[in-house]
Amino acid sequence: MNAKRTDFLATVVINLIVATVVGILVFLLAYILISGLPHVSWSFLTGTTDAFSGAGGIGVQLFNSFYLLILTMLISVPISLGAGIYLAEYAKDNWRTSLIRSAIEVLSSLPSVVVGLFGFLLFVVKFKIGFSVISGAIALTFFNLPLLTRNIEESLSAVSRSQREAGLSLGLSKWKTEIGIILPVALPGIVTGIVLSAGRVFGEAAALIYTAGQSAPVTNFGDWNPMDPASPLNPFRPAETLAVHIWKVNTEGLANNAAQLSAAASAVLIIAVLLFNLGARLLGNFLYRRVTASK
Amino acid sequence: MLKQYSFEETAVQTFDDKTSLAMKTENLQVFYGANHAMHDADLAFPKNQITALIGASGSGKSTYLRSLNRMNDGIATVTGKIWYHNVDINEPTVNIYEIRRHIGMVFQRPNPFAKSIRENIVYALRANGLKNKAELEERVEKSLRGAALWDEVKDSLDKSALSLSGGQQQRLCIARSIAMEPDVLLLDEPCSALDPISTVKVEETLLELQKKYSIIIVTHNMQQAARVSSQCAFFHLGHVMEYTPTGTMFSNPQIPVTQDYIAGSFG
Repeated sequence: MNAKRTDFLATVVINLIVATVVGILVFLLAYILISGLPHVSWSFLTGTTDAFSGAGGIGVQLFNSFYLLILTMLISVPISLGAGIYLAEYAKDNWRTSLIRSAIEVLSSLPSVVVGLFGFLLFVVKFKIGFSVISGAIALTFFNLPLLTRNIEESLSAVSRSQREAGLSLGLSKWKTEIGIILPVALPGIVTGIVLSAGRVFGEAAALIYTAGQSAPVTNFGDWNPMDPASPLNPFRPAETLAVHIWKVNTEGLANNAAQLSAAASAVLIIAVLLFNLGARLLGNFLYRRVTASK
Repeated sequence: MLKQYSFEETAVQTFDDKTSLAMKTENLQVFYGANHAMHDADLAFPKNQITALIGASGSGKSTYLRSLNRMNDGIATVTGKIWYHNVDINEPTVNIYEIRRHIGMVFQRPNPFAKSIRENIVYALRANGLKNKAELEERVEKSLRGAALWDEVKDSLDKSALSLSGGQQQRLCIARSIAMEPDVLLLDEPCSALDPISTVKVEETLLELQKKYSIIIVTHNMQQAARVSSQCAFFHLGHVMEYTPTGTMFSNPQIPVTQDYIAGSFG
């Protein structure tokens, strides 16, 4: 076989593989949207759920999902940023660093049910926090940390050494070089990592069943004092998320339109994830342009 | 097969007390782990002159240069003395960040920050506490003029530095260094990634800059060393073999190894 023919065949095969992947994705998306969207209405998006049957709207769950996501990110992004910077810049290449790396890998391979049960035993039972947004956020942080740390470390390491040398040669401290020069260049990669992990958090159910709980008490959206028990911002209230709601409606829902309810909720979940991805990317690009003065 | 030259036969000039020196090294050794990369370098650099360090790849000239502003910290072990203003800056107690503000460095590949042209220059100044806007603007103009880049970029200071050509980027790096108002400027093969026209521009810039700064430049290019430098040191396999005024180096090299290198019949 000559080089031209080989090349042609390889191109065809690669294109086929890509088409398969894209095809599956499009099919899944289309299936979920087509079966779910007709049942989505304004009252479904904003309404409250009947605690017994699981019927009714998903307003509270939708809010809970976003609130939990934001809270999780607020906890996990700073920690993994610190850990990522440490691993990329400060950690020496020795047994201690490889121990840390192995620990991170083990943490990332923990099944989410295990993380959920651990969070249940430690935060919900032992620390007596109860089923709450904050318990869920901390459990999800455990998930997020390894992925995000790894991603931030890799994004930082990918920035050319010569940039670091330039900073140091101007008398800038290592820290100042890292924060002011390396981090902005690594920003697009870091944003991608945050978006990916956010998608995972948004869709997570198993770990939240035991930590954030399966009930969505009606909250008073007029009350924004985080200390009030009825306030949506209160981190100590139980908060069933959208993904948990889908699971629950499907397994123990007593409503006679349970299938439609879960299909509609799934469609909303997917749209929310897509919107979040898009928003995070736009924000990331905007920030990148601001700090690097590029077009 | 490389010819064997005696490392004992060297010709290294010294300067009398009347010559004011920018820097001086005594007995400088550099080790990369067990690899002894630089042996006994005793060189003195006169003020407001350009000194060129020449030699083949692996001769230790870049290693030596990077030791002068402690850029080898954490990479290699450097022993011996580096005198700068009567202070041995190779002491572990010396504030290396302070030192690097006095001894600037420009690298082989242009490495401007991924920021605007203006920000490239003011970032380090601001980090060092210079906040006055007018003064920062003045430094931007002064350093860009110093690096002969002002006329080309004065209308696009807010554009990304990465949109400049390679030669412009390298002159921006020079501007960034001289904006710190250093004493000494170290250049590590600053033109090796540039085309001939950009090279000429950088060389003209250096000739202009030596009025204010002492410059030490590593170069592979012997014509460049001959064109710009007043003093020239020849490195071979981690040893300083010959150090003389540039004219002498190229017209009348003192020892066989330099003669062969200059004549191109090396090895």
